[in-house]
Amino acid sequence: MARKHVQTTINGDECDFLCESNETLLSVIRNQLRLTGTKEGCSTGDCGACSVMLDSRLVCSCLTLAVEAEGKVIETIEGMSEDGNLHILQRKFIEHAALQCGICTPGFLIAAKALLERNPNPTETEVRYWLAGNLCRCTGYHKIVEAVMDAAAEMRG
Amino acid sequence: MDFHSPSTIDELSSLLSNNSEKKHLLAGGTDLLVQMQSQIIEPTSVIDLKNISEMMEIKEDTDGFFVGAAVPGMTIIEHQGFSKTWPGVVDGVKLIGSIQIKGRASMGGNLCNASPAADSIPAMIASDAKAIILGSKGKRDVLVEDFILGPGKNILKSDEVLVGIKFPEKKNNSSGAYLRFTPRTEMDIAVAGVGVNVSISKNSQIEHAKVSIGAVAEKALVAEAAAKALIGKKADAGTIEKFMSEVRDLARPIDDKRGTVEFRKQVIGVLAKRALNIALERINNG
Repeated sequence: MARKHVQTTINGDECDFLCESNETLLSVIRNQLRLTGTKEGCSTGDCGACSVMLDSRLVCSCLTLAVEAEGKVIETIEGMSEDGNLHILQRKFIEHAALQCGICTPGFLIAAKALLERNPNPTETEVRYWLAGNLCRCTGYHKIVEAVMDAAAEMRG
Repeated sequence: MDFHSPSTIDELSSLLSNNSEKKHLLAGGTDLLVQMQSQIIEPTSVIDLKNISEMMEIKEDTDGFFVGAAVPGMTIIEHQGFSKTWPGVVDGVKLIGSIQIKGRASMGGNLCNASPAADSIPAMIASDAKAIILGSKGKRDVLVEDFILGPGKNILKSDEVLVGIKFPEKKNNSSGAYLRFTPRTEMDIAVAGVGVNVSISKNSQIEHAKVSIGAVAEKALVAEAAAKALIGKKADAGTIEKFMSEVRDLARPIDDKRGTVEFRKQVIGVLAKRALNIALERINNG
C-alpha cells in the first residue's frame, strides 16, 4: 500500500509528510517530524500526555490518524514559546516547580493554554475539571493547578 | 488499510455499497482507534465522515434540532441554542471523557458504539430523539431507543450509516436532565445513569414525562411505568416515591467491578429523583 501524502501546518510552518494510513498523528509527530516534546503515555486517550491542538481543538494525538491531519492546523509544545521567550504558563510551571519527571508537562501546558484561551479567569475547580484528562503519575497536581491559576492572573494583567 | 475521506453523502453512499472490503466508519475515533491499537479490530478500510458537511453540522429548523453524527462533543457543549433547548442531552455529552476526548468524540459515535453505559444515550431517549439513517435504499429514521440491540450492537446494516440525530420541537414548559453515578467525579464510566425529560402545566402538574435508564441493563431502557407514575401528578413526596420504585423495578443490572446489583438498583432510584428535580428546577428557572 502506497504511503499517503499529507499537507498540514504545524506550529505555523507548512509541513508535508508521508505516512501509513493506520499510523497515528502522535507517531508521525514524534518519529518522523522529530517533535518529541509531545509524549506517548497510555496510547488509549486516558492520560493526555500526547495532547496537541488540532484546528484549535484540544485532542489526543494518539487517537488521531495522521491522515486526518490533511489541511489542518496543528500546534504542539514546540510552538508554545515565542522568539525564545517562554510562554507565561511555561515560566509559571518552573516557578511553582509544577513538574517532577516532566513526562506529563507538555500535555498539561497545551491543555492549560487551551483553557485560558477560552476562559481567562477560571476557578480552581474549573482548572481541575479541565485538566482531568491529563494524568501526572508523580501526582504533582496541586502545584500544577497553582501554576495555572497564577499564570491566568498574570495573563489577565 | 485503505483510508477514504468522502466529502459528500453521495460519495459516502457509493463507498458503502461496495461490499468487497470490511469497512469501519470514523467519526471522532476515540473508540475506533483504541480498538485498532489493541488489535480488537484490524480494518481493511476506514471511511472518515468528518469532511461531509451534513455530518458536522448542528442545524435548527422549525421542527427541531439536527445534530450531525460526527459533530464533536465540545462543539455540542459550546452551542448555546442547543444547550438551552436540550440541557439534559448536554449533561450527558459533558460526561463523555476528558476535554481531549470530547474534542473528537461525537454523540453519533457514542450511540453507534452502543455501550450499555454510554452517557448521551439515556438523555437522547428521554428527549424523543431519532437516529437518521442513510442506506442504499434511501433514508429512514428510528427512535434512539430502537437503534441499539445490545452491548456493542446496533441496527445499522453494512450499507447504512448514521447521518445524525434529530430532536423534536421542544415542548412548552419542558426541560431535562441526565445524572450518573461514578466513584470518581471525572474520567469514569457510569455505574448507573438516568435521563429525564418532563413538561409541566401552569398549575405545576406534570403533563409529559419520558425517562430512560442506562448502565443497569444490556442497553438503555425506556422507563414507561416510571413516566406514567408522574403524568397528571404534582411532584410531591408520594409521587416521587412511586416514581423511584418503578425505576428500580425496571433496572436489571449485573454485578461487576463497578457496582453490585443491589447497589445499582438502589442508586438508580436516587439518581432518577435527583434528575427529575433538576429538570423541574430548570423549567422554573426558564
